[in-house]
Amino acid sequence: MTLRIDDGEFIFLVGPSGSGKSTIIKLLTSEIRPSEGKVMVNGYNINTIKPGAVPMLRRTLGVIFQDFRLIEKKNVFENVAFAMRAVGAAPREIKKRVPYVLDLVGLSHKARRRPHELSGGEQQRVAIARALINNPMVIIADEPTGNLDPARSLEIMTLLERINALGTTVLAVTHEKALVDRFAKRVIAIDGGRIVSDKQGGYFTSGPTARQ
Amino acid sequence: MNRHVVRYYFTEGLRGIFLHAFSSFAAVGVITACLLIMGSFTLVSINIQSMVTELEQGSEISVKVDKSLSDAMARSLGSRISELDNVMKAEFYSNQQTFDDMVEKNGEMAMMGYTPDIYHHRYKVYLVDVQFAEETVEQLNALPGVAENGVTLERELLGTLLSIRQVVRLVSVALIAALLVVSLFIMQNTIKLATFERREEISIMRVVGATKGFIRRPFVVEGFILGSMAGLLAYIIQSFAYKRFDQAFEPIDVINTIPFAELWLPVLFTFILTGFLVGVFGSMMTIRKYLKA
Repeated sequence: MTLRIDDGEFIFLVGPSGSGKSTIIKLLTSEIRPSEGKVMVNGYNINTIKPGAVPMLRRTLGVIFQDFRLIEKKNVFENVAFAMRAVGAAPREIKKRVPYVLDLVGLSHKARRRPHELSGGEQQRVAIARALINNPMVIIADEPTGNLDPARSLEIMTLLERINALGTTVLAVTHEKALVDRFAKRVIAIDGGRIVSDKQGGYFTSGPTARQ
Repeated sequence: MNRHVVRYYFTEGLRGIFLHAFSSFAAVGVITACLLIMGSFTLVSINIQSMVTELEQGSEISVKVDKSLSDAMARSLGSRISELDNVMKAEFYSNQQTFDDMVEKNGEMAMMGYTPDIYHHRYKVYLVDVQFAEETVEQLNALPGVAENGVTLERELLGTLLSIRQVVRLVSVALIAALLVVSLFIMQNTIKLATFERREEISIMRVVGATKGFIRRPFVVEGFILGSMAGLLAYIIQSFAYKRFDQAFEPIDVINTIPFAELWLPVLFTFILTGFLVGVFGSMMTIRKYLKA
């Protein structure tokens, strides 16, 4: 498989269960090493990356999960701030940056709420804020709308599109055919560990445009 | 390292202690108990060893001076005996003193017709370490001026003293090693529980790019605080118990305990250091395993 994603792109990665989507994410975040071939992410060679450099690679990525993975004991502000603290940011920077990012995802007014007091869509927006807080080059969203109703899913995908418009590369793994076609972005379909399609625009319904 | 990062480690470490207060309390309790058992046994062992050493130093080797030596030459032999490595001191005991002792013991009538010349001049030789008594006996026998077969060593008593010392030492070492392992195990379990309760936070920290050191340090701080607390608590209880023990044995002449005033500093230092090391190493070992997974 040969795949290149350029800065500022918005990619949908689609494929049936077991097709290799999760393996691609694990390779990109250096959770696993490639058994063959070469993987380069934001200038880091995953084949030869040293353990000490893995956290530095991950600071260039923001990962969003289907199950949000928020810390129940912390409120919205603390959940987002936690990701900054984890990379050793100063309290002053945290106080300045967290409100900005919460504003970006539209949750400024719910900064003191606990995750269980939020809807699924709001929880996912907190997760997006947490992924964005360290100013990553790439956002990797693993089934970000998998636990949401269609209206909330559209809201989340719109938010990701806005973030992409601000210059961050977005790679979204999804099963949601309607969303993929609605947003008309580059769609990479994989099956059995191979790319079966790489098209610009809709994939499931509209006429695909083969990528050069 | 930035001040705010250090503050973060301590805040998180303390938060961990209060987050699972019961297991923290249990860990401090068990480690305190282990330290107390180790400490009590060590203190008993130190006291026995001190008493044995006193007895050893009281036990002497008797060295008879060859009768052919003049009084002056017999007295000068003492300096050569004292030069031997394992000799602490050599006391001269003239044949006149021995004779007087015998008169006192048996009465003048029994000694009638005898003169002090029937006895040898003697030296009472006290050793630095009775463990090397046999070698010293050989050296004394080889000294010119010492009577043939004139060196007497009470082998049986010395053998018993040496055995007591060795048994006490061995049991102390074995017990201390076993209790250290128990303490480490308890500390590991406490930190394991702490990491389990915070597994979600740890996984998020790894995803956002926290280094392993950054994730590990709050747990190490937690272990260090718990271990040091246990060390301090054990010291307080130990000092109280030792003073009581000392008072109880004061009226018994045979038992000469070492006053706590001579022991408090090494006891405090050892307890805090042991607690600290158990805490730090216990947590490091646990979190390392956890971060590898």
